[in-house]
Amino acid sequence: MASLPTNIEQLVEGKYSYKSLDELLGSLVFDQSKHGKRWFGFFAAGFFGVGLLLLSIVWLLYQGIGVWGNNQPVGWGFDIINFVWWIGIGHAGTLISAVLLLLRQQWRNSINRFAEAMTLFAVMCAGLYPLLHTGRPWVAYWLFPYPNVLGMWPQFRSPLIWDVFAVSTYITISALFWFFGLIPDFATMRDRSIKLWQKKVWGALAMGWRGSMKHWRRYEDAYLILAGLSTPLVLSVHSIVSFDFAVSIVPGWNVTLFPPYFVAGAVFAGFAMVITFAIPIRKWYGLQDVITEKHLDWMAKIMLATGLIVFYGYVMEMFFAWYSGNPFELYLKENRMGGPYSWAFWALWFCNGLAPQILWFPKMRQNKVVLFFICQLVSIGMWLERFVIIPMSLHRDYLPSAWGMYTPTMWDIMMFAGTIGMFIMFMFLFIRFVPLINIFEMKDLLLRIKHDPHAGDHAHGDHHEVAVVAVAKENQ
Amino acid sequence: MGAHAISKEDLFHGTIAEFTDPDEILVAAQKVREAGYTHVDAYTPFPIHGLDEALGFEDTRIKWIIGLAGVIGFAAGMGLQAYVNLVDYPMNVGGRPNFSWPSFIPVAYECTILFAGLAAFFGALALNGLPRPNHPIFNANRFELASQSSFFLCVEGTDPQFDKTEVKKLLEGLNPLQVSDVYGDEPEGQE
Repeated sequence: MASLPTNIEQLVEGKYSYKSLDELLGSLVFDQSKHGKRWFGFFAAGFFGVGLLLLSIVWLLYQGIGVWGNNQPVGWGFDIINFVWWIGIGHAGTLISAVLLLLRQQWRNSINRFAEAMTLFAVMCAGLYPLLHTGRPWVAYWLFPYPNVLGMWPQFRSPLIWDVFAVSTYITISALFWFFGLIPDFATMRDRSIKLWQKKVWGALAMGWRGSMKHWRRYEDAYLILAGLSTPLVLSVHSIVSFDFAVSIVPGWNVTLFPPYFVAGAVFAGFAMVITFAIPIRKWYGLQDVITEKHLDWMAKIMLATGLIVFYGYVMEMFFAWYSGNPFELYLKENRMGGPYSWAFWALWFCNGLAPQILWFPKMRQNKVVLFFICQLVSIGMWLERFVIIPMSLHRDYLPSAWGMYTPTMWDIMMFAGTIGMFIMFMFLFIRFVPLINIFEMKDLLLRIKHDPHAGDHAHGDHHEVAVVAVAKENQ
Repeated sequence: MGAHAISKEDLFHGTIAEFTDPDEILVAAQKVREAGYTHVDAYTPFPIHGLDEALGFEDTRIKWIIGLAGVIGFAAGMGLQAYVNLVDYPMNVGGRPNFSWPSFIPVAYECTILFAGLAAFFGALALNGLPRPNHPIFNANRFELASQSSFFLCVEGTDPQFDKTEVKKLLEGLNPLQVSDVYGDEPEGQE
């Protein structure tokens, strides 16, 4: 118990019981009237985006990669930028679910499920790109080591194949982890259902879960181990993605700093996305008592910390380019600072380096408008970071006669917008039909708050004064 | 199949006591254990720390299953790459060794995690006997609250020293919300 924060009672505001938690959290799904026009508006926007996505995919399959802006020397453009952007966003969900669990941070309990759902949908969006950018996606199965008569195997020494294994494993384990965490809540939904068809649906998903102590024991062990597996998984996946660049010899790509810098960047971008959803969702669905200002504060701090690591990476890259004395690395520095795409470079330093520094101030972290806006800047900044790394290093490398420019086409942009639409659509479907906060973990948190020796201290707000005063009155 | 009639007592599963507080059920579990009952289970909306210890339950098989699966995964990943690069399609790339094991680590590592994760998920479900849509305990009075706000303790009829009146007396002495008997469903095809 020594690793609990002393202000654990700040994690749930107001007086709640197991019953009232069931009411609050279950009603998100049972009370469909909570999802009104606003839900429909976002869902419709997402659905429209999915339409754009399907259109751009069909056109791509029909015409080929030529419809994109990819060309020599920039063989990788929006496709890989967006792949890395989406995968990075997914990592925050796993960090919250798995790493914070291992660190016994109770504040994860109210945010981990929708963060993990965010991971799943982000990785789905990401996965489209490696599949489709191959040019002949209908033979994408060649990337897997299956017995064949072609006498062909994948090149196991290539990070591109490591990616295949890493991303496949990541999406599988994330899905399993997410679903596993849902099973007891499906049972709660089953038992709270009034209509028979609902009971049957929830019951099927709950697989007969009855909350047996024996089952909980094995469940907790498996869940903890899954978290323990997910943590190195998340570190390895984005490291492997960074190897796509780091193992090459192009200036700006051959950087040993990449694995930790990419992982920190992923957490940075991911938390920006989690906060982007957390701020409106808690307001619209009345969840401020369980996703408290403290949660937003801590997430903002993590974002600031990882942003500093990322910014350190930017500075170091420029320093080593200069310090190496290597003419090609020196040119990289010049090109980034003053070349044709330098606007992206400076925008990047503003969005990821300068803007998040405002989060040092508690008043700014607590100001939800400011925080939301900074998160959008961070999301844009992280996209720009991949732009600076990928097309900017490719378009001007060793031989000036091979230099070129990269311009995305409308199909690049449409597909990107489409993936954003798909993400929004899936997130809103999730919000409407699946309990977005982990009910049993919230009840567990409630019990820990009750047992916490510091609960009832006057220093932490009115709610507990009510409880303390009531007890004092009783004792008079 | 219906050669002999099944009496109600044949379907008896156990006796339950319902509590509204996790601390109460912990105390109750300890008392039940002290009284010598071993076939006891508890049904709670979330895992109660210390409850399995109080009831003397331990099962570490899942850890072994996951560990073994991880080792198999690593061996499979390394083995596949070793086979491809040493036996089936060796490639001499600049005189570098065929068994360039450092470059084989990422794939083998991901295979380890994949196998271990699958084992954790399916192993935990399998050891728990899930999916199992029906179980006699679902017939217990107010059992739908077991996943919501109540904590149930069940002394099962299969316990060697089970006696209905003794158990009822013991459970009622623990101050529960209610004590009741649980019977299974009658099998299909009986009139």
